[in-house]
Amino acid sequence: MRIGIDVGGTNTDVALVTGGSVLAAVKTSTQDDVTDGIMAALNELQQQHPFDPAAVKAVMIGTTHFINALVEHRRLAPTAAIRLGLPATAALPPLVDWPAPLAAALGGHGYLCHGGHEFDGRAISELDEDELKRTVEDIAARGARSIAITSVFSPVTAEFEQRAAEVVGAMLPDAAISLSHEIGRMGLLERENATIVNASLRELAVDIVDGLAAAIEGHGIAAPLYLSQNDGTLMDVDFARRYPVATFASGPTNSMRGAAYLSGLADCAVVDVGGTTSDIGIVQAGFPREATNDVSVAGVRTNFRMPDVLSLGIGGGSRVRPDGGTDGGPVVGPDSVGFRLGSEALVFGGPTMTATDVAVAAGRAEIGDPSRVAGMDRDLVGGVLAQIAAAVTDGVERMRVSAEPLPIVAVGGGSVLLPDRLDDGAALVRPDNFPVANAVGAAIAQVGGEVDRVFSIEPGRRSAVLDDAKQEAVDRAVRAGALPDTVRVVDVDEVPLAYLPGNATRIRVKAVGELFTAP
Amino acid sequence: MSFDLGVDSLGDLSRGAALLGTGGGGDPHVGRLLVTQALGDRTVRILDPDEVADDAFVVPVAQMGAPTVGMEKLPGGDEPVAVLRAIERHVGRTADAVIPVECGGINSMIPLFVAARTGLPVIDADGMGRAFPELQMKTFAAYGISGSPMALAGENGETAIIDTGTDDKRMEWLARGVTMRLGGIAHVAEFTMSGADMRRTAIKRTLTLGIRLGAALREARRDHRDPVAALAEVVADTEYRHLRALFTGKIVDIERRTEGGFAVGRARFASFGAADTSELELTFQNEHLVAEVDGRVVCTVPDLICVLDAETGEPITTEGLRYGQRATVIGIGTPPVMRTEQALAAFGPAAFRLGTEFRPVEELTAGTAGTAAPTP
Repeated sequence: MRIGIDVGGTNTDVALVTGGSVLAAVKTSTQDDVTDGIMAALNELQQQHPFDPAAVKAVMIGTTHFINALVEHRRLAPTAAIRLGLPATAALPPLVDWPAPLAAALGGHGYLCHGGHEFDGRAISELDEDELKRTVEDIAARGARSIAITSVFSPVTAEFEQRAAEVVGAMLPDAAISLSHEIGRMGLLERENATIVNASLRELAVDIVDGLAAAIEGHGIAAPLYLSQNDGTLMDVDFARRYPVATFASGPTNSMRGAAYLSGLADCAVVDVGGTTSDIGIVQAGFPREATNDVSVAGVRTNFRMPDVLSLGIGGGSRVRPDGGTDGGPVVGPDSVGFRLGSEALVFGGPTMTATDVAVAAGRAEIGDPSRVAGMDRDLVGGVLAQIAAAVTDGVERMRVSAEPLPIVAVGGGSVLLPDRLDDGAALVRPDNFPVANAVGAAIAQVGGEVDRVFSIEPGRRSAVLDDAKQEAVDRAVRAGALPDTVRVVDVDEVPLAYLPGNATRIRVKAVGELFTAP
Repeated sequence: MSFDLGVDSLGDLSRGAALLGTGGGGDPHVGRLLVTQALGDRTVRILDPDEVADDAFVVPVAQMGAPTVGMEKLPGGDEPVAVLRAIERHVGRTADAVIPVECGGINSMIPLFVAARTGLPVIDADGMGRAFPELQMKTFAAYGISGSPMALAGENGETAIIDTGTDDKRMEWLARGVTMRLGGIAHVAEFTMSGADMRRTAIKRTLTLGIRLGAALREARRDHRDPVAALAEVVADTEYRHLRALFTGKIVDIERRTEGGFAVGRARFASFGAADTSELELTFQNEHLVAEVDGRVVCTVPDLICVLDAETGEPITTEGLRYGQRATVIGIGTPPVMRTEQALAAFGPAAFRLGTEFRPVEELTAGTAGTAAPTP
């Protein structure tokens, strides 16, 4: 038995999952205190479906705490960034492209030191330990407690980052150290930014992870706790304390993976209708397709792997303007009453017509007081629902990658707005427990391992190099806690580097497997 | 017309330069940050090519090497100026202005960085009117300017001079060797020339074009307008004149390999609609070279083939092409000076051994559906 928890900005969803089925699920309001919120949700779950805490083998949590802390500049640790690369890279020092208020919120200390490698593993310059020690003295004097270390081409060789970490660790044993090769990919500024963001969240991560662990323990659950990552795989609590940045996109990822699991469809389109938006994504072999562009988070450019999501401004709280269209017809969204649905919507006695009111009037949902919308004009109801269906049909069509029929799974509390068939005739699958697909997605998460490096491929050696990379990804998944027999390679991507002889090629491999849990 | 350029314009130039990079040329984002840092609240003087003195000493400056290396090993900052000083010492003349060798990609920004550091003006023109993968693929070369002498600089303060007389191919070959030793990326100065030669051989006002294209994309997104129509309006009153929407669809297949140090390959785009089975095939060598719809060529070098994100209009590079992406492919005609016999010999289909004749994009797409006419 496993418990999956998704802590969103508005709702905390919890699902109790065993074998292939969902035993119980609850939706509660997110609370300011992380421990209290999880405790309340678990209590409600226990009431709905009494379970033996000792029978729970694992608890998986997806949380927006860390990304929200960054966006709101809250509780960020005083952070210093050390870059190893002089005399190269000096033109653009650390934090160069950060929004000034965010850089200021974490102290904004950037340092350039000698070190770094070329793409082929030659050193740009040797690490200068005396220079590094002087830098650490300055960092200590300025009160930074968390340190991000980034060396040029560390995805090719991490030697200098590791040696610098030893020097820093010996001088500042209490400092949290984040190394870029463990966090990001090729692309110095983006990887460095991700590492600095991670460093700034390290203190909060300890608090949040301890709070989550306390909530689980408080409920008598002794099972290990995991947090879900951007790519839909899990990290244990020790990893989460060190790499909080890896949780940033776990929300949409869990929702898509949960939809695939609940519907039994490993390849499908997922439409997740929430209060404000409908998020459409594509699941391939059980995992969300990833976005390819660089992603800005809180104004900081990074190269995190995020799921490719198309967001439409249609949700349960979307405002409906009966004659707002240019043709005099109704308009849905894109603005939403959001979390005020319970006071604003007509069915709750409020003054604003929302998409939820239309769904109730159409008999698709029983929410609030249906008599308040019983007299709604039938043409209006039909027009609004047709408009939503048309927008979602178009969105799914844009996300599809082939003309082959692709099943469409509808999840999220607002998915009652959707028809049973889209305009092109495609049937929507509505699995049981669709409102809590995100919590289910957390509960079923797997364990992954990844390789992303530049390899020099000699003639005739391509398949051997690829095999080595695949084996390394598999080994990493097993080290992260996957059952060896279940690990498989799910993604291989090769990009030859232009202009360089020796067939320098960037290879990315991802392997995943089932989490090993104690019997 | 000459003007002063400040950091406010760099966002538009960066986006426009990515478009003119036709899939290659390196990410202008890093270039934009470099110029922003060097410039602060000052401005760079952008000289109209017609206002440059005949006997002015004009120095093209650029970055050469692998764009992927450029994303990781950023410049120290002194290299672009060091390379200018090295060529000045070798030639025995002081530069009056710098000029981009290519207006596409990061090389639109390197001369601005040099200008910000030295106070020199930048000429509003370039030698490619887009981006190309090889150094000799320039209008400068096509119209008789010699690439040599060439200077290269690395981050340790080292410089090298390569002088191969009139043999630009050999200069390129030697320069690539030096660039490798410098870590896969180098700053270079080459094709030095007089103001009169610049006016005779350069593609004019391409920095302005980049800024205008970038602004058009930004404003189209802000106003929820069709980005392709907005670009077509800009192109219509320049020497490029023609812009055609070639295809809109999803990437269903990508094949890449390294050949002679270049990233070569093909991408196939399938139509969104299930009823429409047509496909576009894109061939690239760092930059996009040929687009074919159902086996028929619809655009070929030196005309520009650009891949835009179907939703946002943001340009997508060849290295960024990924399975499943939704994209619009457009073709932009090159100015007449890039379509002459000499120009096509330097960078037309034959220079890439493509086995297809050059025909202008406006002829290849005449009468076909999906043609975007500029809206008034």
